[in-house]
Amino acid sequence: MTVKLKLENVSKIFGPRPKKAISMVENGMPKEEILAKTGHTVGVYNASMEIMEGETFVIMGLSGSGKSTLIRCLNLLNRPTSGAIYVDGENVVDYNKNQLKYYRQKKIAMVFQHFGLFSHRTVLENIEYGLEVRGMSKEERQAIAQKHLETVGLKGYENKYPDELSGGMRQRVGIARALANDPDILLMDEPFSALDPLIRREMQLELLDIQNRLQKTIIFITHDVNEAFKIGDRVAVMKNGKVEQIGTPEEILDKPASNYISEFIRDIDRSKILQAEHIMTKPYGLVSLKDGLNVATQVMRENGISSAFVTDRKRQIQGIVTIDQAIDGIKQKKTLQEVMSTEVKTVRPDDYVQDIIPYVLDSKYPIVVTDEDLTIKGIILRVHVLASLISDNIEE
Amino acid sequence: MTEFPDVRIPIGDGVEKFIDFLASHFDAFFDFIFVISSSLIKGLEAGLLAIPWWLFIVIIFLLGWYFTNLYGGILFSFFIFLIGTFDLWPETMTTISIVLISVVLSLVIGIPLGVGMAFSKVMSTIMRPILDAMQTMPSFVYLIPVIFFFPLGNVPAVIATIIYALPPVIRLTELGIRNVDEEVVESAQSFGSSTSQMLMKVQLPQALPTIMAGINQTTMMALAMAVVGSMVGAQGLGERVLYAINRIDISLGFEAGISIVFLAIIIDRITGGIARRLQKHRRDAA
Repeated sequence: MTVKLKLENVSKIFGPRPKKAISMVENGMPKEEILAKTGHTVGVYNASMEIMEGETFVIMGLSGSGKSTLIRCLNLLNRPTSGAIYVDGENVVDYNKNQLKYYRQKKIAMVFQHFGLFSHRTVLENIEYGLEVRGMSKEERQAIAQKHLETVGLKGYENKYPDELSGGMRQRVGIARALANDPDILLMDEPFSALDPLIRREMQLELLDIQNRLQKTIIFITHDVNEAFKIGDRVAVMKNGKVEQIGTPEEILDKPASNYISEFIRDIDRSKILQAEHIMTKPYGLVSLKDGLNVATQVMRENGISSAFVTDRKRQIQGIVTIDQAIDGIKQKKTLQEVMSTEVKTVRPDDYVQDIIPYVLDSKYPIVVTDEDLTIKGIILRVHVLASLISDNIEE
Repeated sequence: MTEFPDVRIPIGDGVEKFIDFLASHFDAFFDFIFVISSSLIKGLEAGLLAIPWWLFIVIIFLLGWYFTNLYGGILFSFFIFLIGTFDLWPETMTTISIVLISVVLSLVIGIPLGVGMAFSKVMSTIMRPILDAMQTMPSFVYLIPVIFFFPLGNVPAVIATIIYALPPVIRLTELGIRNVDEEVVESAQSFGSSTSQMLMKVQLPQALPTIMAGINQTTMMALAMAVVGSMVGAQGLGERVLYAINRIDISLGFEAGISIVFLAIIIDRITGGIARRLQKHRRDAA
């Protein structure tokens, strides 16, 4: 994977003489004191990160943490006070007026928290806007806008005005407008926080769906941990203008870099983040079909277990045999194939723990994790599921 | 020490000298303005008078109906009919011409100035006290210098009217543009709009309802001033009022006066209706 976007020590300070205030931050003066003494607001301080092509990168933080300031640095709605932002290896901070215009018209587009729609234009004209400022002809841009309007499911609303739509629909217009420009990078500034929870969930799923198809580089801002972990391939947590930790959701859950982050993720529903592959263990006590019942009983005895999974030569799951079935089978001179039960519950490595819980509760036996061709990847015991739901911090 | 000492700082004299200077050195410029505005007024007046009276009433009815409601249309056309019965038809057309020309010129000057103030803090700081002065200065005072530059008649009235009616449209243009939702401006920027695309495609249309409110006020003030303008020879309804004052002719004074009130109501409701119509699509969509 290639690096699409690289931030190097980006800082943004608001006020008449930001350069002076930056040295105060460097000397460790807290944000509040700088504001009181000089009237400068520290938006972002010394943020560095690399965002990969095609990645969904979430910046998470509470209000005032600088996340909105940071995302606005990426398309230079905020000009960074210091630092560099490389997009495809070019430092966009150094762009002149025309380069900047080109960059915004072609490479990067933004979706806003309160939609930022033009209330004097129809839905279709809103979606056309980005193409219109590029100077594209009316027929051409209308055709493209129409296509994206349909992508977001708003066919038939072309000639409505934004204030005739519900919040969710308005944000779809916002997304269609950004996508119509066919940008490499999509900036989303808390796009779903103004929507009610049901619509929000629906839009999150739709975004994941769109992302699957289009593979844009998405930078997504949110204050909602659950949303961040659901959507993000990687997540950066910000606090007071500084980046506290960057990592995959699992990494952050596993090893929070600070108490602040532990606190932040305490309320998270871990079962929605963790997937089968995160909690499974290596399969043990496997028996091959050709081994027969005697080997099976031996394997169970050695491992101290009362059931064993049966596989074929390619380690594809065939069934499960219990110790009782095995002993009866030996007495009645049956084969392993005859006595084993083929009703085995399997899950995929990327199934979420929350979806596995019902199986674990129903089943007396462990759950098998397999990939698509039923090759065994691991097994999950009831105890693994329960342990995964307890946050690590409590143990410490 | 009860009386103010006998010092004299001759600011008034200075202004007078300045006006003299302008009048003697820029007369070609003022002649040019005179020719332009006088032909504009004459042309419009002739155009209005060429419309048959019944057609004019129908037009007013339709405008009233479209921009307010059916009752508005009926009421406004009845007002115009009444004015006709007062035998003040040509005077009314003259007044409407003076007002329309003044308003159009005010917008041509005022909207760019308002845009400039919205973009430049320095310009805004400089313009504000000037606008305050323009609005508080008694309107008659403007009449004095303009008669230096122009012959008595409709033109000095138009010029004085413009000066008097200009501030609201400037102020509300500035306000309208400054108040455009920040996210809307940001989103236009984020798509790489140039400054002029931003202004023409986003800021002005978004500010239009506020600007319309300014245009409404400007129009009302222009109407008031067009009447005062009769003191420098403007014709129309104001001139009839002035005539009635001199003759102590209560009947004519009332008829001319109430005709002005009718015009004011019609213009106010129709421009207000246009403003509301523009407002329709922006309630909370920002």
